[in-house]
Amino acid sequence: MGDRLIEIEHLGKEYRLGDVPLLALNDVSVQVARGEFVAVMGPSGSGKSTFMNLLGCLDSPTAGRYRLDGRDVSHLDGDALAQVRGRLVGFVFQGFNLLPRTSAVENVELPLVYAGVPAAERRRRALAQLAEVGLAERALHHPSQLSGGQQQRVAIARALVNRPLLILADEPTGALDSRTSIEIMALFQTFNARGITVVLVTHEPDIAAYARRTLRFRDGRLIDDRPVAAPRVAAEVLAAWRPAEEAA
Amino acid sequence: MTLAASLRIALAALRLNLMRSVLTMLGIIIGVGSVITMIAVGSGAEARIADQINSLGSNLIVVVSGAITSGGVRLGFGTQMTLSEEDATALQRELPEILVAAPGVRGSAQIIYGNLNWSTIVFGTTPDFLAARDWGVAQGRPFGQADIDRAAKVALLGQTVATTLFGGADPVGQTIRIKKVPFTVIGVLDRKGQSMQGQDQDDTIVMPLSTARNRVLGASEVNRHAVAAILVKMREGADMGAAEAQIHGLLRQRHHLQPAQDDDFWVRNLSEVAQAQEASSRVLTLLLAAVASVSLVVGGIGIMNIMLVSVTERTREIGLRLAVGARSRDILGQFLIEALTLSLLGGLAGIAVGAAASFTIGHWAHWQTQLRPEAVLLAVGFAAAVGVFFGFYPARKASRLQPIEALRYE
Repeated sequence: MGDRLIEIEHLGKEYRLGDVPLLALNDVSVQVARGEFVAVMGPSGSGKSTFMNLLGCLDSPTAGRYRLDGRDVSHLDGDALAQVRGRLVGFVFQGFNLLPRTSAVENVELPLVYAGVPAAERRRRALAQLAEVGLAERALHHPSQLSGGQQQRVAIARALVNRPLLILADEPTGALDSRTSIEIMALFQTFNARGITVVLVTHEPDIAAYARRTLRFRDGRLIDDRPVAAPRVAAEVLAAWRPAEEAA
Repeated sequence: MTLAASLRIALAALRLNLMRSVLTMLGIIIGVGSVITMIAVGSGAEARIADQINSLGSNLIVVVSGAITSGGVRLGFGTQMTLSEEDATALQRELPEILVAAPGVRGSAQIIYGNLNWSTIVFGTTPDFLAARDWGVAQGRPFGQADIDRAAKVALLGQTVATTLFGGADPVGQTIRIKKVPFTVIGVLDRKGQSMQGQDQDDTIVMPLSTARNRVLGASEVNRHAVAAILVKMREGADMGAAEAQIHGLLRQRHHLQPAQDDDFWVRNLSEVAQAQEASSRVLTLLLAAVASVSLVVGGIGIMNIMLVSVTERTREIGLRLAVGARSRDILGQFLIEALTLSLLGGLAGIAVGAAASFTIGHWAHWQTQLRPEAVLLAVGFAAAVGVFFGFYPARKASRLQPIEALRYE
């Protein structure tokens, strides 16, 4: 299996809009080791969303090769991709994407339902995961009864509950205020420290600063790949948080 | 994903839109309810006819005297009685398929008991008559050959006559006067109920043929052994059509009729008439059920409509489920089970509505209704089939969504 979780070679994705081919991703090669924390940046239309979709096995590439956890997933069909997603990948979205009028714990249980975990164990694991993100008290609340930060914590618990190797977060702080954003980043750092690989799409340099490596995309190409010199530690930032900044 | 898990998801989804779910189900409820009610009403009518057939006795052929032109059986005074006791004996002797052949005369008579009187139909016949009609004696005894030989003045009363003249008292052993002739009541017949023509079959008196002819109705001047009709009961499983033809041929021969001559008697297969009525009632039941099931199909279209709306509304949910590992068949199953749940719950409620409606119709309209388990199963099975059929298209549409598009759907 090696220590490389993600191995991507000459990956390309071409869409067809009528007769016009659109090259959304062009010859991207990159490798991500287990336990890395990577921020993906780039303006809209740069290909970063396409890259994330391919990384998350939500879509198949039209060129190149993608190996996830040592397995070539470039040419799997829809149901096989669904199983890879269910076992290896956890998703966190900007809009939380929780099921409305469904309790937090039931939302967290969702991946376990499709993984075939028995009901009693589902409930136990989902409650434990909610406790880990600090929401043990809110397990039976519905999303509409939770704040944005709390909803995103539920979504993170849902992403983590089936013990994935990779967490893909698409602008996870885009809908949150700055303090809540840092709290969410603290959660990602915590789980990253336990060995889970995190790939995060953001266009905010402040947020990317919490990662340890930055990938930049432009016009469908990977143009920059560099480590973050001194990654911020969310817990420290929170400890030093001043009420004045909160007010601002 | 297990079936139980799918069912839970489906129930939860239906509960979230309770009002909409109930309204959607209403189509199925009305459909199943009306199918069940229509079949109950139709079966009730069928059962009534079947009762009448049973009260008539099975495998019966009646041979009636005289060249009768109108549909009814014209008996009584002045009727030309072309049949005879010997004809009955000959039939029984010549045709082995015949179980019994009971000759009989019939007429109306005034009867008196104490200070009460009543006009009823008097049958004079042989003991075979009761066997042919499967007619038992509730109290007392039937008359036998000895009573016929002696022309004994004994009578069996139908239930209606017994009640009218005696109320609750026991008539057996009492003396009544029939056309002023004193008779001893030796028994009371079992209740038969209404005939297919709506006549009260229990409003009658049965007595020995000889007695009726000699003492009550009077004998034919042409032939002292003449009878108005012969009631023939065939053996179980006999070919009724062939039997009819054989009886017809034998009687023509006995009556010395030339090929050009018309029959001077009339052969009628009573069971056939009844069975024809039963068959037409069954056709009516089927027709009613078919019309009612149209509403089930309409209900199914309602389910499809709502499921399509639901799939569109929940596109993001579907995208999320796909993202967390649902396969397309999980999504297909989820929406199919949702449609099936709608139609089955509607079906169950429809059973209750149908049962209540059948009961109400039976109670207030005084129609006989019959709630048949197979009709209930049929209606619910049909409802389930409708759910699967009309749920399949929306479910397939949901299962074919691509995760990225579904997640981005606004």
